[in-house]
Amino acid sequence: MYDLLWLIPALPFAGFVLLATIGSRFPRSLTAAVGVGSVGAAAILAVLTAGRFVVSPPPDDFFRQTLWTWISLNGFTPEIALYLDPISLVMVLNVSIVGFLIHLYSAEFMADDESYCRFFAYMNLFLGSMLTLVLADNLLLLYLGWEGVGLCSYLLIGFWYKEPVRAKAAVKAFLVTRVGDAAMAFGLFLILANLGTLQIQELTERAVLLWPVGSKLAVAAAGLLLIGALGKSAQIPLHTWLPDAMAGPTPVSALIHAATMVTAGVYLIARMHVLFTLAPMVQYAVAVIGCATLLVAGFSALAQSDIKRVLAYSTISQIGYMFLALGVGAWSAALFHMVTHACFKALLFLACGVIILGLHHEQNMFKMGGLRRQIPFTFYTFLIGAASLAALPLVTAGFYSKDEILWASWSSTLGGPWLWLGGLIGALLTSLYTFRMVFLTFYGKAKSRIDRFPGTAMMIPLAVLALLSLGIGLIQTPGVLGNVAFFSGFLSASLPAMTEGNVSARFENILLVISGVVSVSGIYLAYLFFLKKPGLAQALTNNPLGAVLHRCSFAACGFDRAYHWLFVKSFVRIATWNRHDFTDLVYRGVAGFAQVCSIILGASQTGRVRHYAVGIVIGAVVTIAIMVLS
Amino acid sequence: MASVPVEHGLLLAGILFSIGLMGLLVRRNILMMLLCVEIMLNAAGLAFVTAGAALRKPDGQIMMIFILTMAAAEVAVGLALVIQFFHSFKTLDVDAADKMRG
Repeated sequence: MYDLLWLIPALPFAGFVLLATIGSRFPRSLTAAVGVGSVGAAAILAVLTAGRFVVSPPPDDFFRQTLWTWISLNGFTPEIALYLDPISLVMVLNVSIVGFLIHLYSAEFMADDESYCRFFAYMNLFLGSMLTLVLADNLLLLYLGWEGVGLCSYLLIGFWYKEPVRAKAAVKAFLVTRVGDAAMAFGLFLILANLGTLQIQELTERAVLLWPVGSKLAVAAAGLLLIGALGKSAQIPLHTWLPDAMAGPTPVSALIHAATMVTAGVYLIARMHVLFTLAPMVQYAVAVIGCATLLVAGFSALAQSDIKRVLAYSTISQIGYMFLALGVGAWSAALFHMVTHACFKALLFLACGVIILGLHHEQNMFKMGGLRRQIPFTFYTFLIGAASLAALPLVTAGFYSKDEILWASWSSTLGGPWLWLGGLIGALLTSLYTFRMVFLTFYGKAKSRIDRFPGTAMMIPLAVLALLSLGIGLIQTPGVLGNVAFFSGFLSASLPAMTEGNVSARFENILLVISGVVSVSGIYLAYLFFLKKPGLAQALTNNPLGAVLHRCSFAACGFDRAYHWLFVKSFVRIATWNRHDFTDLVYRGVAGFAQVCSIILGASQTGRVRHYAVGIVIGAVVTIAIMVLS
Repeated sequence: MASVPVEHGLLLAGILFSIGLMGLLVRRNILMMLLCVEIMLNAAGLAFVTAGAALRKPDGQIMMIFILTMAAAEVAVGLALVIQFFHSFKTLDVDAADKMRG
């Protein structure tokens, strides 16, 4: 069974190759069958592998499959090798199952698009790259998948490239993540130069031996990898590409946000956790950045009018939670939140896609309203997703994962009350903006009519994801609610448990209740502001302080404007100033010299034969003089 | 037979060469320039003969015969050129032919 591991990334790649080469001649049904089928087969294989892994784990809880040697260069021989351990298994399951559901959904969602085949080719390549990334045995192969994911995100965000806005968004996503990628490449060079290998297991062993805790090299390596992760996972200060990435088709947004791409940074940090433990300063930075991001993004989501932008900011915010968990050493809590987030965020995006498709690409929430009765099935699934995102206590998966993170952020020896408080405020903001979105979209007066209703291929993924968003939380519950630790137990083979500070179980229960109350009160506030008394929200934004806050939230705290001013404008200014490229001066100088010489020598060509004779005489005299005198 | 000193021969050759050269440089009549070239050739021949006599070797006289042959050929080509020149420009002034000015 394990020997078939290579097929998991290979199947989507095969689908991509098939669709990219001869796919244009396929009828639509065959294109969909290849595109969805290849990912579906990979998902089935992943589930079977997971079953085998749980029932009879391989020796030492990992399985390594070397396919071939990539490069052989005295001493440096990165291999195309796959590494399966609990972390990568969780990632593979996450990516392939959620990816498959999104593919299935897209088969119907994109049915009218003229570039149906191109879409599925990119999607398959995306999935294949992501699976390569999570299964990679060495950092070089991981980087290949990492870049593949970046490329596909560019291709898919700019899928409707004929509209300049969308093409620009694609370029922005590519450039911003590139900043992180460059830092990550430097991190890899640093690791290779100092540890002599990129094979993950070997390099962590060597790092522990060679680098003392807090040493400069460990801090530099971890820091550079962190910048890479910040870019890919859209954390402050490299998060600005994600809201613009909404320019892609909705299933693409779902794929980028839920299953692939943004979780890559979280995976990288979890995978390299040893390195981060060696650099406590960087690890603390992870927590602080996560906390700051979840607050800023949560705040930015409050005033958006575009439904997809709200979801985009919520993704940034939720990944902030994962970073917070990683930063305090709660590795498995971060991955757990990633799994639940993948389910409910995919669900929210797909349900949102139904609305957008039904309203002819209308994304402004203020033009929706009252959709509850028109598309009840979508409404209920969206509600489940929203409840899970808002961490509605007891019934939703989001509650269990978020609560674990909040608990960890206080109780961990690396955490503290401040981080917890940040997370708690974030939780309040989350439930507030989530239910603002629900109330604006589905309640109130109907302002527009849905004229296209989802078919089975779109309903099935919604139903499955809704069930997962409710049920998957039960694999890891806090002490007082059953104390199930299946998930963290499963991961314990490859991720160390968090070191808890001196806190009692009773205290844990108090925090649990507080986070539950905060979540519910956020929902109630949203109900109050946006459904019961809409005048209240209006009054708040009319008040000067409220107006400033509203503007600040709508502009996402001005990051985009600041970057535009700082980087884009200054770059353009330098480019304008240097539009006669100064390196050209050298070449222009050479040309000018040749021109002057030509004028001088041209003047000597009088065309008179006697002048030429003088030239010959002078030449002869000089030559003879040299020969005689020397 | 009283021998002529070698300096005298070389001096005469030098004077003749200079006259020919000056004539070549200052005259504008193409026929005259051709004559000047002939004078320079003969000056060179005289230098060879003088040197040959001084060194008591026949090489100088051999070279003179070569120069005479070459001069005959040169005159043949040169006069043909002069005729063509006159056909084209209706004058013997070389400065009329300055189409190659850079």
